[in-house]
Amino acid sequence: MSSNKKYWKSVEELNENSSIVETLRQNEFVEEIPTDEFLGDKETLEASSTTRRDFLKYVGFSTAAASLAACEGPVVKSIPYVVQPKEIVPGVANYYATTIADGYDFASVLVKTREGRPIKIENNKLAKTNANANARVHASILGLYDSLRVKSPMKGDAEISWDAFISETKDVLSKVGDKEIVLLTQTFASPSTSKLVAEFSGNYTNVRHVVYDAISESAALDAFQAKYGKRALANYDFSKAMTIVSVGADFLGDWQGGGFDEAYAAKRIPDHGKMSRHIQFESNMSLSGANADKRVALTPSQQKQALAKLHSLVVGGSVSVDLPEAINTAVQNAATELKKAGSNGVVVTGIQDVNAQTVALEINEALSSKAFDTKNVILTRQGNDKAVAQLVADMKAGTVGALVMCGVNPMYTLPNSADFAEGLKNTTSIAFSMKQDETATQCNYIAAAPHSLESWGDFEMKAGHYSLMQPTIRPLFDTKQFQDVLLAWSDNTTTYNDYIKTNWRDSILNGASFNNALHDGAFVAEASVEEESSDTADAGETPNGDAARALAASAKSNGMELALYAKTGMGDGQQANNPWLQEFPDPISRATWDNYLTISKSDADGLGLENWNVANGGLNGSLADVTVNGVTINNIPVLIQPGQAKGSVGLSFGYGRTAGVKEEMQTGVNAYALYQGFDTIQQVAISKASGEHEFACVQLHNTLMGRGDIIKETTLEIFNTKDKHYWNAIPEVSLNHIETPVTSPDVDLWDSFDRSIGHHFNLSIDLNACTGCGACVIACHTENNVPVVGKSEMRRSRDMHWLRIDRYYSSEDSFDQDIDKKENISGLGSSLSEFGEMENPADNPQVVFQPVMCQHCNHAPCETVCPVAATSHGRQGQNHMAYNRCVGTRYCANNCPYKVRRFNWFLYNENDEFDYFMNDDLGRMVLNPDVTVRSRGVMEKCTMCIQKTQKTILDAKRDGREIEDGEFQTACSAACGSGAMVFGDVNDKESKVAKLKEDDRMYHLLEYVGTKPNVFYHTKIRNTKEA
Amino acid sequence: MKHVIYRNLTSKILRFGFIILLTFSTSLLAQDGDPKNGKSLFNANCASCHKLDKKMTGPALRNVEARLAEDEGLDRAWIASWIKNSAAMIAAGDPYAVKIWDEYKPTAMTAFPQLSDQDISDILAYTAEPKPEPIVVDGPDTSDQSGGGDSASNKLILAALALLFGLLAMALVLVNNTLKRFAKEKGIDIPEEEKRTPIWKAFVQNQFLVLVTSIVLLLASGYFVYGYLMQVGVDQGYEPVQPIHYSHRIHAGDNKIDCKYCHSSARVSKHSGIPSLNVCMNCHKSIGEVAPETLAEGKEYGVDYNAEIQKLYKAVGWDEATQKYTGETSPVKWIRIHNLPDFAYFNHSQHVSVAGIECQTCHGPVEEMEIMYQYSPLTMGWCINCHRETNVKVKDNEYYTKIHEQLSKKYGVEQLTAAQMGGLECGKCHY
Repeated sequence: MSSNKKYWKSVEELNENSSIVETLRQNEFVEEIPTDEFLGDKETLEASSTTRRDFLKYVGFSTAAASLAACEGPVVKSIPYVVQPKEIVPGVANYYATTIADGYDFASVLVKTREGRPIKIENNKLAKTNANANARVHASILGLYDSLRVKSPMKGDAEISWDAFISETKDVLSKVGDKEIVLLTQTFASPSTSKLVAEFSGNYTNVRHVVYDAISESAALDAFQAKYGKRALANYDFSKAMTIVSVGADFLGDWQGGGFDEAYAAKRIPDHGKMSRHIQFESNMSLSGANADKRVALTPSQQKQALAKLHSLVVGGSVSVDLPEAINTAVQNAATELKKAGSNGVVVTGIQDVNAQTVALEINEALSSKAFDTKNVILTRQGNDKAVAQLVADMKAGTVGALVMCGVNPMYTLPNSADFAEGLKNTTSIAFSMKQDETATQCNYIAAAPHSLESWGDFEMKAGHYSLMQPTIRPLFDTKQFQDVLLAWSDNTTTYNDYIKTNWRDSILNGASFNNALHDGAFVAEASVEEESSDTADAGETPNGDAARALAASAKSNGMELALYAKTGMGDGQQANNPWLQEFPDPISRATWDNYLTISKSDADGLGLENWNVANGGLNGSLADVTVNGVTINNIPVLIQPGQAKGSVGLSFGYGRTAGVKEEMQTGVNAYALYQGFDTIQQVAISKASGEHEFACVQLHNTLMGRGDIIKETTLEIFNTKDKHYWNAIPEVSLNHIETPVTSPDVDLWDSFDRSIGHHFNLSIDLNACTGCGACVIACHTENNVPVVGKSEMRRSRDMHWLRIDRYYSSEDSFDQDIDKKENISGLGSSLSEFGEMENPADNPQVVFQPVMCQHCNHAPCETVCPVAATSHGRQGQNHMAYNRCVGTRYCANNCPYKVRRFNWFLYNENDEFDYFMNDDLGRMVLNPDVTVRSRGVMEKCTMCIQKTQKTILDAKRDGREIEDGEFQTACSAACGSGAMVFGDVNDKESKVAKLKEDDRMYHLLEYVGTKPNVFYHTKIRNTKEA
Repeated sequence: MKHVIYRNLTSKILRFGFIILLTFSTSLLAQDGDPKNGKSLFNANCASCHKLDKKMTGPALRNVEARLAEDEGLDRAWIASWIKNSAAMIAAGDPYAVKIWDEYKPTAMTAFPQLSDQDISDILAYTAEPKPEPIVVDGPDTSDQSGGGDSASNKLILAALALLFGLLAMALVLVNNTLKRFAKEKGIDIPEEEKRTPIWKAFVQNQFLVLVTSIVLLLASGYFVYGYLMQVGVDQGYEPVQPIHYSHRIHAGDNKIDCKYCHSSARVSKHSGIPSLNVCMNCHKSIGEVAPETLAEGKEYGVDYNAEIQKLYKAVGWDEATQKYTGETSPVKWIRIHNLPDFAYFNHSQHVSVAGIECQTCHGPVEEMEIMYQYSPLTMGWCINCHRETNVKVKDNEYYTKIHEQLSKKYGVEQLTAAQMGGLECGKCHY
């Protein structure tokens, strides 16, 4: 029986005469849908003869045609050399020893070139000075292939020829009359350039050479000059120091040119129960503070008093200081330890104050510190603040006729850049620059300068320690280096290359071979080696303590203090257009693509400044306005930094570039505006601004929650006195109610493969030696063609770094206390509150760094879940990843306990959405031809540099020889200057890595999951015992 | 056509031989040198710098003795002393010697004190031979000549066969008709064939057969579709037209030049490398033209080898007249034949130097290829197969000593294959 029920579709149907109901009977919609409006112009559509069917036919046909055409392989052309250079074999890398020197970073390096193009920078093991490239030097190779480089000399906005440039500028120089010619340059530390500048000064009247370091060490130079008569910086060899006291000196960062980490790390590894003790007094959390055994957080003005006090306690004399009790005790303890250490102690300071630097020198003299060296002095900082200030005044007064700049960018780096701009109008200005940067764009002439890798040069980084720079590629653009132009201006027809050769033969080599020096990249004059043995302590009178008293007196503070610093990634900011460095996570804050105001939690609470995580995990922060002496920077993002001294804030240089930098890379704020009087310490006023900032921070959880199985650490005392099982126990699981170590085969779900034959690669990482410098991160980036993804992708946690350096803070005062706290949690209430508390780092936490890459598990969880067997295990211990086989399910990443797999969410090369180095032909020249450039939709991860191990094996096979220990290297282990990473074959029982694997400190990350990784770590030991 | 060509050729060769014989006998009368011995001496000692009819590093030498006697009044003794030690004569200030030195310096002529007077007479006898009549070669012919005689004769045979079969068929029809006519005449009634269901209808009605056939058809088409798809991206037999017609047949086959002379980086690098043009010029500086016989061979392939050598000279910027490089170069844009995808890593030196594999194993009979083509499929299956079958060359290689001892014990074999050595692991080629 059929039902007569009628279902109403709407109330409208009750209304009998509704037009709507009537319409709906006829049409689907009541009103006509304005299809034409959104489909396009109605008239054109009607006029078009193409019907919908035709359109579909065309689409179908063209799709079919396109797919058919795609089946045909493209025609690939191969163009050999007409005359092949003897040294080039296609497919075989050539290495050249050279020097990277940009005025801020100086390093002796090896440059790997393929088919004539440099692709990677490596450490030069033959050089004794600055031989370990830092992250910026490793990344500087990308600067060579920067698409924004100046491609030819320019007059204003127009390109001109070099002939025209030289004749015009020469004319300018010869017609300055009674005005001055000023050369405003970076620190060259180059004997030949100094000679050349002297010759140039002889050819023209009224020449003045002003050296300008963007981040100045002028105070330290002045102090050293006053005491020792030479404008240089004292050298410190931390491998000779057992007690290191640093007052505001980030010597593992960029303090006095950097490069101290290798020597420092050498004494951080316990050897016969001994390791150095490091006490750090600082305001900002720095790399040095993070590595210190004891870190005391105090404001910059308190640092000055602490240093003065330390002086009075160690050297003698009396000062009146006003320090809080805790800090006072810490200073007294430090002084006691220093006196006990005697000549094994050393004091360094980073306070930009002549008195402070003098005090540090006096203390080291008094200790007759072995680490303190006044003979092999550091020459890589020569800037003179007073001369620069004088120059700006002279320019404004109009007494400078011509200004020639090289390697400097004062319009960006000078705090009084407005004055400088005004002065520029009164003079003819010539800028040697690789970029149309803030200064070059305002100059009359831009001389296109070559990159370090395209130039000749010589350097004396430390007295008597020379190094050479040679071109590794023909100049990419129509460039000329400063020295060649100086020669042309001096009517000297020799090239700078010949000039260096002559100068070296005459005054440096002393009969040694130039070609040998060029091959090694470095040369140590014999005289300086002899001098080293001679006694250094010949300072006559005992210091009277005036400097310390003046220092203590100058330490006044009313309100907040700002400590400006340089970030590990960006340095002084000249490489701001380098996407590798922009994306490099800061070792401390783990934030990328930004600078920010670091502030302590309590100060932030007082000012109402906050950090919080949003739904996708991204970190957001408040904004603040910062005023220094009338200069205000608005809307600086605020990052709450554990360990930041109360009453102080930090802000890094190097950001806020506006010219010569791609739009994506114009990040952060320019802190140089606050760098008044070239003093990194300033009085500030801070107020909260409206709005919020989105950070791209790659680590969202900062504490270990008392999990001692991720980072094992103990104290030197326990390490020396207790059994290994106490401080480095192997986790146990229950087998038939018997506790069994997880390493036992009885509790293993898997059958093990026989790995005793052939090579078995292992990577050892010593947490004691790792300073967190990040050179390995950039080296890995370069070697493995890792893409840059940009800030918004980083914020979504889609970073592509194969190697990350995790940084953890303790939640209590130390990690040990964290573990105790976790162990003692009982009951629901306690666990809820106390676990919550443990998420917050302490005010002055212990810090630890842990490099994490694919652990190459022998029992890899990722391999078992791959549906297409794209990831598999090799006999040599490497976990392989076949990109062409991967279909992108990401099961492997989900199943990886270490979270080291990276997914290509997009096509990162040749894609305008990711306009970084892989998007232009020039930038792609840096790619390693032996490593696949991955495409969208595939998983990737650390391969343990299989291309390098395979190359080493092949070379040995071809020579028919066995492989020696040390030949196997990964990019990260080769870049590691501190010796924290050691790579090798553990089946070679004599190898270093095999011995390290047997070490008591050895443990595997998350050992209890039973993955049996081929990467292992060494327990961190802290020298906590106060003397 | 083939026969025609050869008939021509033989007659030419005959005529050529006759001329040579003639000159031979005349020169024998004129001088007491042996031009045959002279030729071999010339090729061994002089040919690297001298040609008979063309200036090279040194002057052209055809009729040198007669020319010197006529123009300069110099006799054989002068020539002999020049050959034995030209430098001494220049130093002594002999006017003509100095003139020659000025013309060709800085390359001084090598002294040949080891040549006896008889040798010199032989060489001079050889240079005194008249220029042989050039073999007339038509310009490169693009008609069916280039296809060679084989196909033409095949066609002929096929045509003859077709004709034969046609005749046979016609004969059959005729015989049938005649027989039918006989039968009609004799009154024999040929029984009408019964109307049967047509075979296709029967086929359609038999469902089993239809099922089997369609399954077979489906399987077959599946097979072919699979086969088609599997060869997408496989360019076996790829033989592109190259900017210079370079014949591996002549270089590697006829002249037996070692592959690694030109592809030297195969020994040490992942790339075998296309030789740079300066490598070509090592030989082609003195080989500006090919031998007439070779030129004739080239006609079969429709190519003028001399013109191809000129292309090389143009690319490398070599001026034949002055024997100097002009400096104007234009690199040759060869078309790459063997293209591996980017995600596969292949290293020549591993296979060539370490394993000692012949180039021909993968590249085929290159010495027979007029134009290079891709011989192997270069698929992963092909690589893997070889790795499974090929033994590792461990002899005299210290690298392998330990691993071979241990692995062969483990697998219980005398000889390890590349696969057993780990040559099947994904990451060994894909990274």
